[in-house]
Amino acid sequence: MPRNNLTAAPVPAAICLEQVDKWYGEFGQQVHALDVTDLEVLQGEFVVLLGPSGCGKTTLLRMIGGLIAPSHGRLRVMERDLWKGKTRQSDAVADLGVVFQDANLFPWLTVGQNITLPLELRGAPKDDCLARVRELASLVGIAGFEQRWPRELSGGMRQRAAIARALSYDPDILLMDEPFGALDAMTRDAMNIELQTLWIKTAKTIVLVTHSISEAVFLADRVILLSPRPGRIDTVVNIPFARPRLLDTQTTTEFQSIVRDLRHRLDEIS
Amino acid sequence: MKGVNHVSKQIGALVKTRDYKAYLPWITTPGLCLLIVAIWWAYVTLSGISAFILPAPGAVWDAWIELLGSRRAWASAFLTAYATLLGFFWAVLIGVGLGMVIARVRWLEQTLTPFIVASQVLPKVALVPLFIVWFGFGITSKVLIAAILAFFPILTNTVLGVKSIDQGHRDVMISLNATRWQVFRRLELQSALPYIITGMEVGIVLALIGSIVGEYLGGDLGLGHLLVGKMNAFETDGLFAVMIHMTILGFLFYFAISALRRIFVPWHGSAGSGDAH
Repeated sequence: MPRNNLTAAPVPAAICLEQVDKWYGEFGQQVHALDVTDLEVLQGEFVVLLGPSGCGKTTLLRMIGGLIAPSHGRLRVMERDLWKGKTRQSDAVADLGVVFQDANLFPWLTVGQNITLPLELRGAPKDDCLARVRELASLVGIAGFEQRWPRELSGGMRQRAAIARALSYDPDILLMDEPFGALDAMTRDAMNIELQTLWIKTAKTIVLVTHSISEAVFLADRVILLSPRPGRIDTVVNIPFARPRLLDTQTTTEFQSIVRDLRHRLDEIS
Repeated sequence: MKGVNHVSKQIGALVKTRDYKAYLPWITTPGLCLLIVAIWWAYVTLSGISAFILPAPGAVWDAWIELLGSRRAWASAFLTAYATLLGFFWAVLIGVGLGMVIARVRWLEQTLTPFIVASQVLPKVALVPLFIVWFGFGITSKVLIAAILAFFPILTNTVLGVKSIDQGHRDVMISLNATRWQVFRRLELQSALPYIITGMEVGIVLALIGSIVGEYLGGDLGLGHLLVGKMNAFETDGLFAVMIHMTILGFLFYFAISALRRIFVPWHGSAGSGDAH
């Protein structure tokens, strides 16, 4: 797998944070959400942000996604500045696909129309959208449901549609904020396996936020553990397991020792 | 074998009962109608009440048939419908437009709320004489009163609709680089539409009330004018006949708006077609 062979050639950074921090609130009663942070995510890398609630992991992801502006520092996406002052740079945002904890499908659009919404907003012709929606629906495993209303789908299938929507305009980077947090454990395991397959197939860069340690270790090339108040990067763990990883990988002693170490560290900091 | 037969018969009876219950309103509703008319008829016949107070159902029916043959009554119905729809149109235009703006500009909402509430607590039919002084006995005063009555529910529902837009949906539009116009057209309008249509359902009925009350005082045509004419002529059966006309008009308007709901928000639970949420 060339993916894990990062020393061979210098891979350019997909996401680059330099001295980024975030304060919330008015002057006088500000909350320090994220301490000064430097972070580089390489192209094609799968990075998981892990941490207890209030550690700023969602803040960090939303800043990368262009949903909130950092207070200080420089944030680059595919070597382009994401923010100039408080203005979001739309050419940099175009490289980002965001998947939220809730699928956030528009109930007045069919599943297919939801998936192609980003293309329509970009002014793509109708025929292109129709061709693309089939391809995407089968990629995420919801082929045949394009004509349904979102409310007719299960939670897992809605989240698949949301992933298809984020992939529709072929962004280089996929940002996922606890994407399977609202799903039951069995659906979640299946979705994690499929997400890994999707990542291998599409060669996207993925940054995923979770509070599940085993999910983090299972998915990530690199787990970044954040500590709370203010949020800061505490530990970075490289995960060495070969791809594709199977559910059985989770039962190996090596896997479990990484999980255990992370849990101990998590207990200390939270 | 006997037992099985017995059980299957029971199940059959159960299924039949359920079918029966589904169709029951188609029988009971007209049945109730007939019952009311029968009681009405019996009361009029037995009590010997004056036809000026309460005419017999047959007399009302005759008067209504006569109304159907009258050119003047048709012209009146069309005029009332026209004034109602025109007033309703303005109420929708201004109510939805202002609601969309108010919902996102907080200081404007705070500035205008006292005025809007004041305009609501004032019994608006009190404005009819004033509008007649200002705009005469023509259609303008009726359109205006219809618009003012219909305006408020449309405005408040639009504001509510825009305010209850899911923040997650907004995040999606931001992450997709949507322009302001796209956010308005593809998210805010769509999301608020079920609320707006609810406001319109209330509004259209109020608009009809407005134009009829407007016609009471002024003009020489319109269902309201016709009604007052029947009263002055002591034609109580005619009064009832005009009321039937008004009710039919109200029903038509209401169903038209309900049809809008089915066309524009088929995805919403309130559309009531197909599977429930």
